[in-house]
Amino acid sequence: MSERVRGYALFATVALLLLVVAPLALPAFRLDELAKYLCLAIAALGIGLAWGQGGMLTLGQGVFFGLGGYAMGMYLKLHDAGGDLPDFMVWSGVERLPALWQPFGNPVVALAAVVLVPVAVAVLLGALVFRRRVRGAYFAILSQALAAAFVILLVGQQGLTGGTNGLTNFYDFFGRDPEAESTQRTMYFVVAGVLGVLYLLARQLVGSRFGRLLVAVRDGEDRVRFLGYDPALVKTVTFAISAGMAGLAGALFVPVVGIISPSLLGVVPSLELVVAVAVGGRYALAGAILGAVVMNYAKTSFSEEWAGGWLYLQGALFILVMTLAPKGAVGLYQQARDALARRRGASAAAVEKPGVAVKEEVPA
Amino acid sequence: MRKRSLRYWASLAVLPAVLLTGCGDSGDSGAAAGDGNTIKVGILHSLSGTMAISEVTVANAEKMAVEEVNAAGGVLGKKVEIVQEDGASDWPTFAQKAQKLIKKDKVAAVFGGWTSASRKAMLPVFERNRALLWYPVQYEGLESSPYIFYTGATTNQQIVPGLDYLKEKGAKRIFLVGSDYVFPRTANKIIKAYAAANGMQILGEEYTPLGHTEYSTLVNKVVAAKPDAVFNTLNGDSNVSFFKQLKSAGVTADEMPVMSVSIAEEEVKGIGVANIVGHPVAWNYYQTTESAANDEFVRAFQARHRGAVTSDPMEAGYNAVHLWAAAVKKAGTTDVEAVKKAAAGISLDLPEGKVTVDGGNQHVYKTARIGVIQPDGLIKEVWSSDEPIKPDPYLKTYPWASGLS
Amino acid sequence: MESLLNQLPIGLSIGAVLLLIALGLTFTFGQMGVINMAHGEFIMAGAYTAYMLQDWAGAQAAAVALPVAFALAGTMGWVLERTAIRHFYGRPLDTLLLTWGVSLVLQQAARDLFGAPNVQVVAPSWLNGGVTIGGGTLPYNRLFIMALAIACVAGIWAYQNRSAQGRRMRAVMQNRELAACSGVATARVDQLTFFIGSGLAGVAGVALTLIGPVGPSIGTYYIVDAFLVVVAGGLGQLRGAVIAALALGMLNSFAEFWTNASLAKVIVFAAIIVFLQFRPQGMFVLRSRALT
Repeated sequence: MSERVRGYALFATVALLLLVVAPLALPAFRLDELAKYLCLAIAALGIGLAWGQGGMLTLGQGVFFGLGGYAMGMYLKLHDAGGDLPDFMVWSGVERLPALWQPFGNPVVALAAVVLVPVAVAVLLGALVFRRRVRGAYFAILSQALAAAFVILLVGQQGLTGGTNGLTNFYDFFGRDPEAESTQRTMYFVVAGVLGVLYLLARQLVGSRFGRLLVAVRDGEDRVRFLGYDPALVKTVTFAISAGMAGLAGALFVPVVGIISPSLLGVVPSLELVVAVAVGGRYALAGAILGAVVMNYAKTSFSEEWAGGWLYLQGALFILVMTLAPKGAVGLYQQARDALARRRGASAAAVEKPGVAVKEEVPA
Repeated sequence: MRKRSLRYWASLAVLPAVLLTGCGDSGDSGAAAGDGNTIKVGILHSLSGTMAISEVTVANAEKMAVEEVNAAGGVLGKKVEIVQEDGASDWPTFAQKAQKLIKKDKVAAVFGGWTSASRKAMLPVFERNRALLWYPVQYEGLESSPYIFYTGATTNQQIVPGLDYLKEKGAKRIFLVGSDYVFPRTANKIIKAYAAANGMQILGEEYTPLGHTEYSTLVNKVVAAKPDAVFNTLNGDSNVSFFKQLKSAGVTADEMPVMSVSIAEEEVKGIGVANIVGHPVAWNYYQTTESAANDEFVRAFQARHRGAVTSDPMEAGYNAVHLWAAAVKKAGTTDVEAVKKAAAGISLDLPEGKVTVDGGNQHVYKTARIGVIQPDGLIKEVWSSDEPIKPDPYLKTYPWASGLS
Repeated sequence: MESLLNQLPIGLSIGAVLLLIALGLTFTFGQMGVINMAHGEFIMAGAYTAYMLQDWAGAQAAAVALPVAFALAGTMGWVLERTAIRHFYGRPLDTLLLTWGVSLVLQQAARDLFGAPNVQVVAPSWLNGGVTIGGGTLPYNRLFIMALAIACVAGIWAYQNRSAQGRRMRAVMQNRELAACSGVATARVDQLTFFIGSGLAGVAGVALTLIGPVGPSIGTYYIVDAFLVVVAGGLGQLRGAVIAALALGMLNSFAEFWTNASLAKVIVFAAIIVFLQFRPQGMFVLRSRALT
């Protein structure tokens, strides 16, 4: 079986599990939780692209998640208010709809903004930062500070953003009640579908010439520049794509969970996403998704059983993963598979092509 | 080749999904709370994360109240069983755990929440599912959900009396300091309206981000403005930095009292008694409040948690459980609509004194109390309203507040 | 106007705090490329040292704790370097995630050891009060922090420039391979650097008990600011860190004076982004012909 066929078989199995088995086996609210994890997995997929493939450790992905989520939330709030001011503005003492909000009354504009605003911000930031060759740790810290500053700004502009409360209490999601079980079930399929499509697109991207260039930039940016390519452009484009994914994830998160608030976007949630990607396996796109789902599931179930223990476990898990298995769960699986293949000996002489995963050590 | 296989798998994957969307409900709703011999209630506070400090103590007080109810024979002949969940200081988690408690555990009521953000996140869940939330913390008012009972103070039971006290003491020039979130901003709006109507002057209004620790600039602004008093709505750890830096700037409680509404017995120790001694606070209950019910409450709580102090939100959580139990007994069922109806007018003797549920807005009548922080870290009452104040979350009975909501 | 002038010493004192929390990082981050997210928890360890010593040293704890906290936090850093970080050289971004895991564990450990609420550290009585400058007061505890920051900088400078060990440290920082070829035991230098860098965090933690809370989450309040100072100052650059800390302190102080605390943080961040447009590697750059 070739690598590609096996890849698609795996994809189909997972799709079958998510789209058939899970909805049948899980009670409604667990399915809703799974939908939430899948939303986060979309954002994680973007991180997998930017970090795993592109070497840009982005610790501020919550910003883009938030921009998408707020774009969606603003539309829903305006729609619910039906011409009046949204409820939180009334008690914040805002008297007229701020200009920033006005375009979001239109669903088409809002839905476009879900992707376009994060992409625009990422392009701007990327153009500023990558062109000046700010990279590696500098970029990581800057993106983290961006998340911190973004949250402070959101919280501070209460009349505009709802402050710490964020936007919540939506009644009408495109003609349906977002809290109704049937809506949540439909949303689950939408989220799973979007994730699947984005995953396939991201795979295509990674397999393309652009993808190879991206990996080359990750592994030797200056060398790529000497070859006549523009690494800043490659990085900016990738960063923008990952931001767009995060924005979409945020927008889907709003109807699924029913709230978007600054506590979802800060330094810690952004880091948690990155860590989930690391645990799943950063060099494989599937690893990013796997990590996001498993880590968030573990977080939920652990906090139900043993609240304080989760921090110990989470901390210990990173330490172990980073020391023993820097390629994450997917890396471990590949190691095991390779070891098995070696034991089977030279009979399977065909040397397998490395898939999306990269084998060599990566200097950061 | 690639194209065909892709489409093939994709159609295979999507087909069952399309079939499935049609057959929704797996029959999750309907069943009564608890099975056979018990009635389940949920306790939903942050056991982890930044809010755990405050919320764990409230959860403990609520658990103690449930045990007291059980020791007295339970309700409707059944024992009350607790299902506890962790809100993890994260608002969406609160919403999802509330959903779990309602849909999976089918609890009769949930006691929980601390921050306004967590309440706002849970509100739609309770309203859509027609379930009951008992919220035990003082808050910014302007809310009255038919599916929430508010056992903490609303603004006219805490902030307005705090202002009355300052006015009585002759404070004319006030400086407002708060953390940058909903409660302080709303509180300060009310304070400004009050000041305008009562001949007080607001010298400044400053907000700092949550978790802010550098207060030298703000202290400089406050000192330069020379106010008669400061009204402080800072939250959590910021209070520690603010009071430490205020004290080292040489400000004393005598010349510039700082009235706080978020500092209870629990927080005093972390701030350092020496840094805050003599400053006034506004609440409805102190550990030192004199009543037979409070002696018993403090004794029982300290028997469980050695060396612990009791504070206003803990007491409000404790009250919530007893008020709910009384309402269920009166209604003869745990059915939410019946309990809501029965709760109206229920009146119990609780640690803070007589507490009566207002049927109209589902808040409770509470006595307002101003206290001063003592060198031993406890708070001594120096002023109180003559009788329990009728809750008025929208301040409709105050003419000066007409432009607010 | 008077209160505006008061912002000058306030800016200095904010700068001193920033410098103290960032000083250790300039070494661990600058020299070794380790993004130590647990730096904040070493600060926390220092603060709790002051708390623990109160039983024994009473109100003088904050002063007595300085060397103890340095040793304790330094040892914690050394253990971390030995057990984990040394496997990570050349992978700075991985150290970030590793040390974040460490920081979570340390935070929860503090919560279990000392309880979740903040604890009380009484400042020594000789730090009560302050000097009056213009119309405002500069508290003694702020002066103490400034003096401490100056002492730390002077100590580091002397160490780096006057001691053999310190010169080895600079050699490793400037060119690790060449230093190794010249017979410098780079592994040992790394251990020592990490010890000192972490120890400085402990010292900062003691100082912070004078002005801020002492609790399990205090590390998280300072860590982002500390990194920004290092990024703006340039990696491993003592003078860069000093200038950046003071500049950011001043900017913070005046921005907050004219606007408000929330906006001041955003302004500081924007200023750093703009600054990096002109100096992508921070204020002072270690010149190198190495190809990354």
